[in-house]
Amino acid sequence: MTNLSVNLGFLKLRNPVLAASGTFGYGLEFASFVDLDKLGGIIVKGLYFYPRPGNPPPRLAETHSGLINSIGLQGIGVHAFCEKILPQLEKTRTPIIVNVCGEADEEYAAVIDFLNKQERIAAFELNISCPNMKQNGVCPALNSQATFSIVRLAKRTSLRPLITKLSPNVTNIVEIAKAAEEAGSDAVSLVNTFLALAVDVETRRPRLGNVFGGLSGPAIKPLALRMVYQVAAAVKIPVIGIGGIMSGRDALEFLIVGAKAVEVGTANLVDPEATIRIIQEIEDYCREKKIMKVEDIVGTLKID
Amino acid sequence: MLKDARARIIHKESWKNYHLLGIETPRIAREAQPGQFLMVRVNSQLYPLLRRPFSIHAREEDAVEIFFVKTGIGTAILAEKKAEESLDIIGPLGKGFTVEESLKGKTACLIGGGRGIAPIYFLAQELRSRDIHPKIFYGGKTAADLPLLPKFEAAGFEILSSTDDGSFGFRGLVSELLKEELERSRPAHIYACGPEPMMKTITTLADARNVPAQFSLESIMGCGIGACWGCVKRIKRGDRAEWVKICEEGPVFYGPEIVWEGKEP
Repeated sequence: MTNLSVNLGFLKLRNPVLAASGTFGYGLEFASFVDLDKLGGIIVKGLYFYPRPGNPPPRLAETHSGLINSIGLQGIGVHAFCEKILPQLEKTRTPIIVNVCGEADEEYAAVIDFLNKQERIAAFELNISCPNMKQNGVCPALNSQATFSIVRLAKRTSLRPLITKLSPNVTNIVEIAKAAEEAGSDAVSLVNTFLALAVDVETRRPRLGNVFGGLSGPAIKPLALRMVYQVAAAVKIPVIGIGGIMSGRDALEFLIVGAKAVEVGTANLVDPEATIRIIQEIEDYCREKKIMKVEDIVGTLKID
Repeated sequence: MLKDARARIIHKESWKNYHLLGIETPRIAREAQPGQFLMVRVNSQLYPLLRRPFSIHAREEDAVEIFFVKTGIGTAILAEKKAEESLDIIGPLGKGFTVEESLKGKTACLIGGGRGIAPIYFLAQELRSRDIHPKIFYGGKTAADLPLLPKFEAAGFEILSSTDDGSFGFRGLVSELLKEELERSRPAHIYACGPEPMMKTITTLADARNVPAQFSLESIMGCGIGACWGCVKRIKRGDRAEWVKICEEGPVFYGPEIVWEGKEP
């Protein structure tokens, strides 16, 4: 029997598989398909303080082994989340992590301050990297100073551990990860989606209502893996790997390059049972390779 | 909401670009309501990545049917499937057509434009079983775009058809054919599925005559289960219009709720 649990230091997970924000709703949507208690963690959809209307459709454009989205973080806001969603999540034993959004630093702090009271929330994931936050994919995670300032404010406000979710749309992601670490982030998760564009050649129009969107899915996995490897080698805080994980073997690649845990995103849309299947496949691999603890795989990439 | 990763294709019919698959999936079939849909994974590869949404076209015992047009990569792969192959499906999803008790003994007009005819058959079956008379209006560009006409007739449904080019039935849009009908008599309810301009026209016709009308909307979908918020349409909620997930709160909405061609939030 393999020990699948991973210790992030600030949070112990029963296995390294978290459901990624924005692809798993508020968790409840998947209760018909997945035993939520079996997951490593659930990162709920990004929350601004107030309800958020989101972007005009079309919001999705499928590409080769990928998906570009411009949902625009439509959501219900913190009040409705606490009143309507959290009570329904009381039953699950799985850590609930809230993905925190804001128009400005102060809104991130306001969301955290409001949610600090909620015992059920295990940690916050600071979403400073969604390319649909502002026009042209602008977001705080594109810049070390902006990252530092927002993480520091969030850390001062938060009574929970903080995971900073990074953008791949930068020249040097290691620099941004270090800024988050220096500002007190307890972990970093990467990568968010790649700023992308798809065109309909018949109409010569963008395939998304908002022109640009964020690319996710298997198409981005090698890019994400490279970044996770670089960041894991450069920071001391735990790294959570994200990017096109569809199978247990995909997840293992991220663990091998240094991620302590992974987030499964787009796969949830394709197969609502993906998280559970991936956990099973990781376990099968460990059993086959006679690995007693999944943590023993982390950061074991062999480079001569 | 159920997943059946090994739903067996039990029969298939094809007419040029139109295809109909019968899929054995007992638990999903048992729960299915008219107007609900399935998310179908067309292969186990990573391209195309997403499932495709299809209205449930009919239910027969332990099976459901889907009816679709080959329009892109997903439907092209699906069109190549043969009987005895299996499909990975999720369903039944969404909120289907509401059938009010007060319709009993009355007539409802059901309008299907092009592939929008898909959910109309299941609805017609349901209405008939509840002692409501479905009068069906089936529109297509040409006679070749009305492949399901014999099926409706064989099942004994009253059906009128139209083609844009006049190659069969009424010459013109199916909404114009409906308009003629509405000048003769007033149905107790209208149900429609088809291109948005058609449904928009029907909304106006129904409103002018104070006939309640429901419409089944279509969208690109990510998950089909309300998680990704990718399939929104502009829907009135109270005195405001919002982007509403059609996979979860729809795909069927009442006419007055829908903001046709809604672009701005």
